[in-house]
Amino acid sequence: MSRAGKIARRSFLIGSAAILGGVAFGWWRYATPHGNPLETALPQGAATLTPYVLIDATGVTIIAPRAEMGQGIHSTLAALVAEEMDLAWDQVRVIHGPASPAYFNAALLEEGVPFAPTDNSWMAETLRGAMHIPAKFLGFQLTGGSSSVPDAYEKMRLAGATARAALVGAASQRLGVAESALRTESGAVIAPDGTRLPYTELAVAAAAVALPREPTLKPRADWKLLGTSLPRTDMLAKSTGTALFSADLRLPGMLFATARTNPGLGGAMNSFDATAAEAMPGVQRIVPLPGGVAVVATNSWLAFQAADAITFDWAPAPYAATSDAMAADLAATFTPDRQDGRPRDDGDVDAALTGDLFSAEYTVPYLAHAAMEPLAAAALVKDGRLQIWTGNQLPTQVIAVGADLTGLPPESVSVETLMMGGAFGRRAEMDFIAQAIRIAMAMEGSPVLLSWTREEDMTHDAYRPMAMARVRGKVDGGRIEALDLQLAAPSVIASQMGRLGFSVPGPDATITQAGWEQPYRFANYRVTGYRVPPGVPVGSWRSVGASQNAFFQESAIDELAHLAGADPLAFRLDQIDHDPSRKVLEAVAEMSGWGSPLPADRARGLAFCLSFGVPVAEVIEVAQTDGGIRMTGAWAAVDVGVALDPLNIEAQVQGGMVYGLSAAIRGEITFDGGVAQQANFWDYEPLRLPQVPAITVRVLENANKIRGIGEPGTPPAAPALANAIFALTGQRIRALPMGKSISFA
Amino acid sequence: MATTLTVNGTPHTVDLPPDMPLLWVLRDALHLTGTKYGCGVAACGACTVHLDGVAVRSCQTALGDVGTAQVTTIEGLGQPATLHAVQAAWVEHQVAQCGYCQSGQIMQAASLLAENATPTDADIDAAMEGNLCRCGTYPRIRAAIHDAAKRLQEV
Repeated sequence: MSRAGKIARRSFLIGSAAILGGVAFGWWRYATPHGNPLETALPQGAATLTPYVLIDATGVTIIAPRAEMGQGIHSTLAALVAEEMDLAWDQVRVIHGPASPAYFNAALLEEGVPFAPTDNSWMAETLRGAMHIPAKFLGFQLTGGSSSVPDAYEKMRLAGATARAALVGAASQRLGVAESALRTESGAVIAPDGTRLPYTELAVAAAAVALPREPTLKPRADWKLLGTSLPRTDMLAKSTGTALFSADLRLPGMLFATARTNPGLGGAMNSFDATAAEAMPGVQRIVPLPGGVAVVATNSWLAFQAADAITFDWAPAPYAATSDAMAADLAATFTPDRQDGRPRDDGDVDAALTGDLFSAEYTVPYLAHAAMEPLAAAALVKDGRLQIWTGNQLPTQVIAVGADLTGLPPESVSVETLMMGGAFGRRAEMDFIAQAIRIAMAMEGSPVLLSWTREEDMTHDAYRPMAMARVRGKVDGGRIEALDLQLAAPSVIASQMGRLGFSVPGPDATITQAGWEQPYRFANYRVTGYRVPPGVPVGSWRSVGASQNAFFQESAIDELAHLAGADPLAFRLDQIDHDPSRKVLEAVAEMSGWGSPLPADRARGLAFCLSFGVPVAEVIEVAQTDGGIRMTGAWAAVDVGVALDPLNIEAQVQGGMVYGLSAAIRGEITFDGGVAQQANFWDYEPLRLPQVPAITVRVLENANKIRGIGEPGTPPAAPALANAIFALTGQRIRALPMGKSISFA
Repeated sequence: MATTLTVNGTPHTVDLPPDMPLLWVLRDALHLTGTKYGCGVAACGACTVHLDGVAVRSCQTALGDVGTAQVTTIEGLGQPATLHAVQAAWVEHQVAQCGYCQSGQIMQAASLLAENATPTDADIDAAMEGNLCRCGTYPRIRAAIHDAAKRLQEV
């Protein structure tokens, strides 16, 4: 079968499964206000209960409603269901499934409450519980915020347990044997006499079985899949070039497009001249877009060439033209009228900050996401329907955008979420998807694949903001007597949600994220956020506000430890009273040999950050070489509460550190004339293999709640490296990227 | 202009400009999409394929320059049921995260091992430096290459 044929079949898997007698299982049909999205795709005569498990004649398919962008979430979500259903791991198939508000993400909003993740008081827990309701009715099917595992941990095990109960019920009726005498194993119900009834044969009958309202979950001691390192379900495809990313979709009659819009982001296009492009053989159409155009051609390369041949007259960007001007705006933000929130104010900081004070200013630049796969989306408008195929972190919003742009009812719009070649927050944006829809509308009847060039991707990002901290502190008796942390950044939430058409009142928690809720117990401790006026579009970048605030705070605490003449590890342990946080510090110290002697040309640095509820401690070891500073070792200890897949958690922590270290050493987007000055990997260069040392990870389970791990590995990486460089050279780096201050080998 | 090239052992005739990069011939004309576009300027290695067994960046290889060279892509190196030793090592070490760069990483590693059966860490550094990974799989790539070297010697 041709590749296109395979893809078309995949697109209609739910329908074809139903034709074969497919049945979808899950839980809470009584609880969801959104209905079961699998129901609409089932033809008459097929049954469906709820949205996570689909069984047809060929096996069990698990719907993992969170986007697979590299974090291994498909495997972990599938394991939650497979564990309760007693499936053998090699029987498991996983798909993204349809966009539906039924797959809303409650855990994401749960941590929006104004309580630290370490606060388990009645009030904090009550408010977290209440957050389920608005999340459900917003119906956001969002992947992000390290929230997929906490959100799914109960829901998807319950889905599996409910399906298993129904299958056992059906087997009981068929065999005339009591349910209690039946057991399940490797995708089948087993009778006392050894009779084996595969789930595939029981599925249709099971659809008629009354479901338990509260199915019993397995105790942890009985887990066979969860808690072990499972081979990822996508590993074979990703090792053989057969995984389907957005840009890999090929449909009969497909056309290939690329977009060029004003690099002054949000600026208009005054005019353009596409005479030369239109004359190129194979160019099909120039399609106007807001702030630019798309070129539609018979292949992507031709579309790129034709776009290069267009001349544009761009209107200026609606924000300051240069990085220097932006930095001046940032520095001018520490004023009372710009105060956004003061989530922590312990003791009396003003009274305590007298006499000999520590005072420092830290800055970080704009950063691009720069996922390996440039943004891409395919769309087809035909026969009163809009179909979209794209890797994305927010499929329910894709439907809304599609309906809005085409005027079609939402039920005539569908999206298939494909594998993502990285996302890191970028694929929660709708810009490239809206462009693909507009192009498909102009080319009605033909499927069109929109592929951005690397240059378009790098220069049209929603960037991690430029941000700044002013820190004052005082040490006394070997401890921090007072710490005043002032954090300034533009609002990621206002910028990102504003692009989706929402306005979010109140302070933006990302401005002070990982600043205020750290488990430090300083007598006088104040954290204030200042909101920079809107400028360059900013967005969620792996770990969001924690990506800068951990660098600010953990650099400052390291400086204060040295002022106090204290060991940076002992200094932190002495002032943290949260047990899981202390244990990750102790673990990373033991792993890295903290305190043991090193040759004169080597040193270690330590940093800690609690983000997304996960305490993480990291140590980086550096060496002075002829070519400059070189990282020679890295260690991390993390606490996720319950470790569902240790090897995948290790991968996420390693990846999070490399992402943070790439930014710390070399990452910087600068602006001139309102245009990002870095356009490709030559001038925005992530770390390469020779620069990355061995990274050892230990996963602890002392915390009281299960947590996600996509982001928490990133924040401590930059300060751990900066603190190591100080330990080695005496040079304190307060501005990122570090490569502007020192040489790296 | 019609050009004939041999990809994964199969001859294909395409009517495309000779300056069109091999990357786009593979992806958009032959629908061999395992080879990826990452940068278009030889800065990331995602488009790595073999010409007569040697790793090249297909985004910088013009169709007209391929000539009679045998082109091997990730699809030709090994399929899910018939993995090349490097692919088997990749699966064993659970290297891929997003997976987008891994076709290029695997093709680069296979080329390295074809000319150096027992690479040191320094050899791996030199051979793999041009292949970017944003997910940070580098430590596992290094381990998988050492493992693949052992697998190839056992054959």
